[in-house]
Amino acid sequence: MVTQQQWIQRLPRLRMRQLEALAGYLFISPWVIGFLIFTIGPLIASMYFSLTEWDLIGSPTFVGAANYTAMLEDRFFWQSLQVTALYSLGRVPLGIIFGLLVALLLNQEVRGIGIWRVIYYLPVVLPTVAISLLWLWIYNPEYGVLNWFLWTFFGIEGPAWLQSETLVLPSLIVMAVWTMLGRYMIIYLSGLQSIANELYEAANIDGAHSWQKFFAITLPMLTPIIFFNLVIGLIDSFKIFTQAYIMTDGGPRFSSLFYVYYLYQHAFERFNMGYASALAWVFFAIIMVFTLLIFRSSKLWVYYEGMDQEKN
Amino acid sequence: MAIKTQAPQSAGVPVQMYRLQRWFKRALLYIVLILGAVLVLVPLAWSISTSLKTTAQALTFPPVWIPEPIVWRNYVDALTSMPFHIFYANSLIIAVLRVIGVLISSSLVAYGFARLRFPGRNFLFILVLSTLMIPFQVLIIPRFVLFRELGWLDSLAPLIVPSFFGGGALAIFLLRQYFMTIPTELDDAAKIDGCGPFATFWRIMLPLSRPALGAVAVFEVLDTWDDFLGPLIYISSPENFTVELGLNAMRTEYFTEWNLFMAASLVAMIVPISIFFVAQKHFISGIAIAGSGGVKG
Repeated sequence: MVTQQQWIQRLPRLRMRQLEALAGYLFISPWVIGFLIFTIGPLIASMYFSLTEWDLIGSPTFVGAANYTAMLEDRFFWQSLQVTALYSLGRVPLGIIFGLLVALLLNQEVRGIGIWRVIYYLPVVLPTVAISLLWLWIYNPEYGVLNWFLWTFFGIEGPAWLQSETLVLPSLIVMAVWTMLGRYMIIYLSGLQSIANELYEAANIDGAHSWQKFFAITLPMLTPIIFFNLVIGLIDSFKIFTQAYIMTDGGPRFSSLFYVYYLYQHAFERFNMGYASALAWVFFAIIMVFTLLIFRSSKLWVYYEGMDQEKN
Repeated sequence: MAIKTQAPQSAGVPVQMYRLQRWFKRALLYIVLILGAVLVLVPLAWSISTSLKTTAQALTFPPVWIPEPIVWRNYVDALTSMPFHIFYANSLIIAVLRVIGVLISSSLVAYGFARLRFPGRNFLFILVLSTLMIPFQVLIIPRFVLFRELGWLDSLAPLIVPSFFGGGALAIFLLRQYFMTIPTELDDAAKIDGCGPFATFWRIMLPLSRPALGAVAVFEVLDTWDDFLGPLIYISSPENFTVELGLNAMRTEYFTEWNLFMAASLVAMIVPISIFFVAQKHFISGIAIAGSGGVKG
C-alpha cells in the first residue's frame, strides 16, 4: 500500500514524467502529422485505388482484384520486370565491385587523397537530368565521343548504343556505374578506416601475404558495408526513371521499359490510376521481398564484430 | 627467392629488388588511379568542349576537342532559349524553403527521440526508420490526388510543404545519432538553470549540432536539385518549372543544338558542384554518420 506521504512525494515526479512525455509528443508531432497525412493516408488510399478503375474524372469504380489479375496477362508488365531485373543485375554488382576497388586503391596511403576522393565522388552530386543529357550526347551514334574514340583508336565504327535492343541496357549500366561509383567508394572508405590496425599487424607477424590479409581481414570486416551498399544499391536501381524518360523513352521496342517508367506511363500519360496503383503496390512488395531476402541471407555472410561473444 | 627473408642481413641486390618492386607497385597504383580519374572527368570535359562550339562544329565527325572559334555566347543563348531565370528562381525558392522546413522539423523530432522519454518512443522511432523502405513511387499517385483535392497542383507547394512535417527519416536519423553523442550533463546543467525542454533544445543542442545540421542542409539542397519525377508530376505550366523541368523542355524544343544543351546542363551543375566543394568536409562526415549518400534515385 502506498501511504499518503509517499503519494505526496511521488506526485511531483509523476507530474514531471508526464510533462516530459507531453513535451516528447509535442516535439515529434511534426513527424506524426506528416506521417499520417503524407505516408499512411496515401498508402491506404493507394491500396483502395488499386482495387478500382479510375481515370481521375468522377469517382473510382470498385473492381476488386481485377487490376492484379490483369497484370498477370500484361506482357509489358513482365517486360518491365525483366528489364529492371537485368539492369539491376548489371548495375548493382558492378557498382559494388568497382566501388570497392577504388576504395582499396585510395586506402593505400595515396598522396592527395582529398583530391582523388573529390574527383571520384563528383558525378554523384550532379543532377540526373543533366547527366542524362550528357550521356545521351556521349552515346550519340554519329557525333558522340564514344564512337569517335572507338573509330580513332580501334578503327571500329561504333554502334547506335541507345537505339539497339541489345546495347541499351549495358549502356545505361555503364552510365550508372560512372554516376554511382563515388557513393559506394565513400561508404567503403569509412568502413576501411574503421578496421583496427592491430589485425593487420598480427597478420604481418604471422607472415601473411597481402592477398591473405585481404581475404582473411579486409573482406570479412567489410561485409556489413557491402551489405549496406547492396540494399541501398538495389533499391536505387529498381527506382530508375529519369534516365528512361530523358534518354530512351523506354525503347527501342520496350527494351528499356523500366518498371517505374511503365508505372508513370499508366498513371500520368494514360490516367489509369487504378492499374498504376496496383503496379505501385506490386513494386512495394518486390522491394520488401528483396530487402527481406538480403537481410535473411546476411546471417550467412555478414560479419559483425562482437557477434562471436554473443553466441558464447 | 629463398634469400628474400634474409634480405636485411645480406643487403645488396635483394634490397634493391624489393625497393624496385615497391616502386613499381606504387607507380601501378597511381597509373590505375589516374586512368580512373580520366574516365570520370572525360565526359565532363567533353560536355564543356561541346558547350563552347558552334552548332555546326558540334555536329562534325570526327569531333575536335578545342572549339574553334570559342563561342561563349552559347551560355547566354542557352539560358535565354527558355526563361531559365524563372526556373532558377523556382528551384532556389523550393530548395531554400525545403532546407528551412527540414532543419526545423527534423531537428525537433530528432531531439524528441534522442532526449525525451515517452511511452512508445522506441516503437515510433522504428516506424520512422521503416518509412525509409517505402519508395516514393508508391506514394506518387495518392499524393497527386491529395494535392489535387487541396488545389495545389501546378504550384510549388507540393514540393515544399511535406518537408515541414518531419523532414524525412534520414534527416531525423542523422540528427538523432548526432544528438546522442552530446553529453547529457549539458542538459542537466541547463535544467538546473531552469531551462525547459525547448530552451535546452534551442540554446544547447542546436548550437552544438552545426556540423550535423550542415550535412542535413547540404543533402536536402542536392536532393531538391536532383528531383525530377516530383516536379514532372505536380507542375505543368512553364512559369512554375524547376531547372530540371526546363532542361527537359529544352530537349524537346531544340532537338539538335547540343552545344546549347551542354551549356544549360553545365550551368545546372554549378549549384551542386559549388555546394559540394564548399561543404566537402560536412558532406563526407555526414555520409559517414548516415552511412548513406542521400542523393540519387
